[in-house]
Amino acid sequence: MQTEALQGGFADPAVDAAHAFRAAMEAMARPGTIQTVAGAEPPAPLSQAAGVLLLTLCDAETPLHLAGAHDCAAVRDWVVFHTGAPLVGAEKAMFALGDWAALQPLDRFPVGTAQYPDRSTTLVVEMSALEAGGATLSGPGIRERAALSLPEVAAFQRNAMLYPLGVDFYFTAGAQLAALPRSITVEG
Amino acid sequence: MTDTAYNFAYLDEQTKRMIRRAILKGLAIPGYQVPFASREMPMPYGWGTGGVQVSAATLTPDDRLKVIDQGADDTTNAVSIRKFFERTAGVATTEATAEATVIQTRHRIPEVPLTEGQILVYQVPIPEPLRFLEPRETETRKMHALEEYGLMHVKLYEDIARHGQIATAYAYPVKVEGRYVMDPSPIPKFDNPKMSDCGAIQLFGAGREQRIYALPPWTQVVSLDFEDFPFEASKADAACDLCGAENSYLDEVITDDAGGRIFVCSDTDYCRSRREAGFVGAQGEEQVA
Repeated sequence: MQTEALQGGFADPAVDAAHAFRAAMEAMARPGTIQTVAGAEPPAPLSQAAGVLLLTLCDAETPLHLAGAHDCAAVRDWVVFHTGAPLVGAEKAMFALGDWAALQPLDRFPVGTAQYPDRSTTLVVEMSALEAGGATLSGPGIRERAALSLPEVAAFQRNAMLYPLGVDFYFTAGAQLAALPRSITVEG
Repeated sequence: MTDTAYNFAYLDEQTKRMIRRAILKGLAIPGYQVPFASREMPMPYGWGTGGVQVSAATLTPDDRLKVIDQGADDTTNAVSIRKFFERTAGVATTEATAEATVIQTRHRIPEVPLTEGQILVYQVPIPEPLRFLEPRETETRKMHALEEYGLMHVKLYEDIARHGQIATAYAYPVKVEGRYVMDPSPIPKFDNPKMSDCGAIQLFGAGREQRIYALPPWTQVVSLDFEDFPFEASKADAACDLCGAENSYLDEVITDDAGGRIFVCSDTDYCRSRREAGFVGAQGEEQVA
């Protein structure tokens, strides 16, 4: 029997998840800041930070879409064992995971409705690295300006135009994560 | 010591994940009320069950928690909630605003400006600012979707027509980042300006009404008003009789049955730290060092 999928969860689920959520919340509340998380050891190609996010936020109530190379047996088994999240297509996803190219086109994901803009997808975008440079961010959560290395600019500008609808993003690389909610204005 | 019969911070992990997802959506759409599946808590609705659930989903064992009720650390609601988290989460607690990492509040914002790294959790009774103008949830939801807030301005106008000024003194409606009109919970309107451009993360939990909403740091929060009747952060026109503060929000306290009364700071920690620093009000006594 393959046992790899059973490894790599939180050692102390309540406390590890509490620390991980605070990092995820700080990231979402202060877009552009880069947080470091720990506690999960997911199988490749899943990054540690993406693994921590899934363990912290996903469960049987959150349909998850795995895109591209992340839609492999090792990741599927690990996610299903540790979170119980149903794996679905992009159109029904509350969370989606993959690299930037694999998540395209973005308009497949729910952006919420006028009355319930919260019924939208949160995308976890796997990156090779994260740094506080590149695109300029402004908006709620940012005092004046922040900078974050985004995979592109135009897609996030289109997403922000949908506000208050739209999808929200986490970017993960290694043990680091950053976030970009729909409320943020992105300039090149 | 944590009561080990309970999960960390009382709630089970699936409930916390559900609340955490709602908090993240709230931060992504500032001022929008996110529905969540509020749980039964070991206290009645109206005693801060929304704030307690948000705090429980937010706390880590490293946090230092402060709980206030109308500005005071030593009233029943504040004492019980502080004890609840001491027992179920084992967190350290404090009364000093500057030392706290998480502050749960009922109806006040502390006088000391909040900073980055702090989280302010509000207990909210009625999260819908339009509820007393339009009782149907289906309609208020449409009004938020269409950004149709004329009714709120009519209400403020009627205040002026009747009283000569905007008579709303607490739960004074605000507009968040030019989009959602939001109920700031029943804080005095004196506290409204503190919500805008605040370094702390502000989270709002309404347990009975099952709504969570949020303000990220440095969010623009504007109190609704008119050009010719601008918003005014009013307070009792007096100084604190214990510490002499002229710029803090005051409670009027009856001291005897012959009409005697004094004004004291509503924020007990602020008043105490001022008196310890040597400030003395009209009826205060010099602190002996």
